[in-house]
This record gives sequence, structure tokens and C-alpha cells, in this order.
Amino acid sequence: MRKEIRLSGAGGQGMILAGIILAEASLFDPELYVVQTQSYGPESRGGASRAEVIFSNEPIDYPKVVKADILVCLTEESLEKYGEEVTDEGVVIADDSFGGGYYHPERANFYSLPIITTAREEIGLEVTANMVALGVVDSFLPEIDSSCLERAIERRVPQGTEEKNLAAFQAGQELLANVIE
Amino acid sequence: MTNKILSEQDKTSDRVMLLQGDEAVVEGGLVAGASFFAGYPITPASEIAEGFAQKLPAQGGKFIQMEDEIASMGCVIGASLAGEKAITATSGPGFSLKQENLGLGIMVEAPCVVVNVQRVGPSTGLPTSPSQGDVMQARWGTHGDHPIIALSPSTVKETIELTIKSFNMAEKYRIPVILLLDEIVGHMREKVRVPAPAEVELITRKRPAAEDRDNFYPYLETADHIPPMPDYGEGFRYHSTGLFHDKTGFPRGKTEDAKKLMDRLMAKIEENLQDIIIIEDELQGDEEIIVLSYGSTARSAISAVRQARELGIKAGWVKLKTVWPFAESYVAEISNKVEKIIVPELNRGQLIGEVKKAAAGNAEVSGINKYDGTIIPPDEILTRIKEVSK
Repeated sequence: MRKEIRLSGAGGQGMILAGIILAEASLFDPELYVVQTQSYGPESRGGASRAEVIFSNEPIDYPKVVKADILVCLTEESLEKYGEEVTDEGVVIADDSFGGGYYHPERANFYSLPIITTAREEIGLEVTANMVALGVVDSFLPEIDSSCLERAIERRVPQGTEEKNLAAFQAGQELLANVIE
Repeated sequence: MTNKILSEQDKTSDRVMLLQGDEAVVEGGLVAGASFFAGYPITPASEIAEGFAQKLPAQGGKFIQMEDEIASMGCVIGASLAGEKAITATSGPGFSLKQENLGLGIMVEAPCVVVNVQRVGPSTGLPTSPSQGDVMQARWGTHGDHPIIALSPSTVKETIELTIKSFNMAEKYRIPVILLLDEIVGHMREKVRVPAPAEVELITRKRPAAEDRDNFYPYLETADHIPPMPDYGEGFRYHSTGLFHDKTGFPRGKTEDAKKLMDRLMAKIEENLQDIIIIEDELQGDEEIIVLSYGSTARSAISAVRQARELGIKAGWVKLKTVWPFAESYVAEISNKVEKIIVPELNRGQLIGEVKKAAAGNAEVSGINKYDGTIIPPDEILTRIKEVSK
């Protein structure tokens, strides 16, 4: 098993923190190997930013995503850039603030979801969009227990913001549940 | 956020952590007994300074943020002479600035560790992108003939191991050791177990006997070429200088002193290659093609070679954990057994020159080179393996 996840967006959207949390969740499973890498520009906000996480049940040689099993895009730019680097059965999760419709509309596993809107309106903090996205990803990650992700969130988000971030994560889980219904 | 994790882990016996390569330098350094850090922040090495700033003072060590990299290197040499296990960390532009004092460290034989998390240069280049462009600078960046040791990890686990080795080799051979990471390894997170100090071999510098205090020669010629080293301030009076000196540590301006000291500095390393050169390989003995690499590039090489083997191609991989001194006799030996050697590097071809020299025409050596801040994916190496196997 080698599972490749790419989280992409703009600098400041917290994609790298989301990647770190995904990777950290593997700490609670002694059988799981993990590598998390990132790519970003010199700016602290703006510019393209991406985090990549690879899970495997054996040691991981090449540490980067070749073809993503799960791709998250919070910006249109990132969907254009990485949209093709996905496996045939791969899941693509895009924010619905941009069309996204042009991208393989026939694709079975394409989800255009109100990730940023949910963070802004339901949680009241747009910066929690990364946790909403993680909540969506959780449903496609049977290898990782949701409770491990929640523990990782508690450990990695800034102190005092655990509750908001967990609420955002749960909102993400529900977001997908609603679509699938 | 990081410190929250680490401090939480430290309270428990659970030493399994999700660490970046940069953080692994800090953890490995603390296991090795690092007690002093001086540096100046720079992407992609700042996390190393951050980690030592958080952790060293609590353990009785010292952290100093200096005004620049030149002063940082001077500070590290001073701390080393005063008896500390000293370390500094930087990236390309800062590594350039450290070169002059690095030469001083070699000349006064100050054990210390200099970390360079390589980014794309020259100048400020691409600050957040990986490179292996400082390989030759690590060897020849400071002027004049000189010995050097440079180690290069490809995983977070190896970063812990090689940080400990760097301190051990620095102390054992009284020499600055360069730890060459690249941005991929520096910023990559992997699940690792940090060993307890009791689980690893730790080396500290050889000291003079107390009774030698009144008749002390700091740069005495010994059988192993490594003079015992007291701490400044503990009563052994001596002089340190970048000028060529005799056993007293004072310069006499004599040409015979220059040759004698240079020969001894080189002999410390050249007579211990067996101990210093660390190589990992996966060879089945029937190889026609070898992919030889180091640092993060080795991970792509391993992936490519395993895929090639599945296709029935007789390929193997070699990973140099010690980049300098170069594994000359090892490469000379394999070049007699294989037909082709492929050297992927994140530069325009640096270590490949050494490989060609050692192979001396016995095997055909070719490079795969990237220097635009992207990395070499396994399929590019696999394509080359297929090409040369025809």
C-alpha cells in the first residue's frame, strides 16, 4: 500500500499545517510509515503552496507524490497545475469558489465543495478552511482513524484554537456526508 | 507548535516523533551532547537555530544569535576551544560567509559541526528550493589545501545518525565536520525514533593529563596525529593561530613548519578513511549498471533501481553518506565490475568529477542533473537506466 495525498492552495491557507497534521496522525499507528514534504515560495502569504503526504506499510523511498490518490485544491491555480497528476481512481476535492466544472466533469471522484464558505460562515473563521478540507479528506482515508486525526489536530494547532479547529474538521466530515446523501 | 509537540514527547518515554530533517539535527545534536550554538537564521535552515534556541538553554547550554554568519563561525570555534561541543547551521549564502573562519577552525583543529541545508544558488538564488550545489564548496570553499569531512543524509533517520556521527568525528579527529542537508531533507517530515544518549556511541576529545600542565605543547606530534586538547581557561596555557605553527602553537615563519603541519592535518583524515567513509549499497553482485548518489537524490535512485530490477535489468544503487573524503577506492573497485555508472545530482555535475576520476575510464560515467529547484523523479533515472542498458 502506498497512498499519496497532495494538498494545494495559496500561501497562508494552511495547506502545509494540514499536511503536517495528516502525517502526525500516523504516529498513533506503529505499522504505518509516513513522509510529508512541502513546496512553497519565499512569501509568507500568497504564492502557490502545497503539502504532500505519503503513507505506506513499508519504508518509503521517493518522498514526493507521483500521482495523487487524493488531491485537494483550494485555488483554481492549484487545480489547473495538479489536476492531471491524479490516479485514474483518484479523488479530487476542490473548493467551489471557482468553477472547477471544466475539469473532467465526467470524473467519478470529483467533488466541488463549499470548503472556504463553510469555514467562514459556519465556523466564523476563514483560516479554518484547511481543517474543513481535512475533514473531507478523512472520509477517503480508511487507513487513518478519525480519532487519530483529531488527536493530531489538538497537538499541532496553536494553543487555544483546538476547539474551533476540531469543529471545522467535523464540519468537513459532514460536508461530504451531505453531498453523498 | 513544534515545541509543543517535542516538549510533550520529552515528558514521556515515547521517543517516536514526527520530525523534520532540520529538527532531527537538533535532536541528534542534543543526543550527541551539543552544548553551544551560534548562528544567524536563513531559509531553509532556520528551524535548526529555532530548535536549539528552545532546547539548549534549558539543558545548561548556550544559544547565541550572532550579527552574521562570519561572527557565528568565529563564535563556534571559540566555544569549541573552550571545551564546548559547538554547532552552527546555515544555507548557501551563509555557508559562503563561513568559509574563512572554517579554514581557521581546520588550522587550530577546533572540533565543531557546520550544517549547510543547501538551497539553489549562487547568491540568494532560490531560497526555498532544494539543491546539491554546495558539494564542491564543502570540499574547497576555504582557501588552501586542507582536510575536511562532509556527511550527507537522505532521510530524517539518517539525519539523526549523521548528526551524532558529525560530532563524534569532529571530536575524534579535531576537525570541523560539515553536515550537508538539502532543502528536501531539511524540511521533510518522517516518523522517527530518537535514540537516548545511552543507546549510542559518543566520543569526546582526547585530553592532556593534568601533570602535563607545566610542560604542555598544544600541537604536539603524536602517533595518531591528533594532539590532546585542553579547554581554554583550565590552566593549560597555549596560543591558537591561523598562521602555520609548531608544537607550541606559535608561528615561527618557517617553511618546514608549514609542510609538517599540513602533512599532519591531512594524515589525521587520510589514515582513517575506513572509519570516516560511510557507504550504503544494495548490490547483488551481477550489476552492469550502478546508480551512485547522495542526499535526497538517493531516494529517487533507490526507487528507480528497484523498478529496473523488476524489469530484469541488472542495476544496483550506492549511497554515499560520507561525501568528503570521497570514496575513491570504493568507486575505483566497482568501476572494474560494472559497465555504467549513473550519477544523479541537483547541480550541473559536481561529485561526478570525482566519480570519473576514480573510475579512470573503466566504467562509463554519466550524470543526470537538475539545477532549477525541482528534484529528480525516479522515472527520469529509470529512463536513463533503460537507455544505457541497451
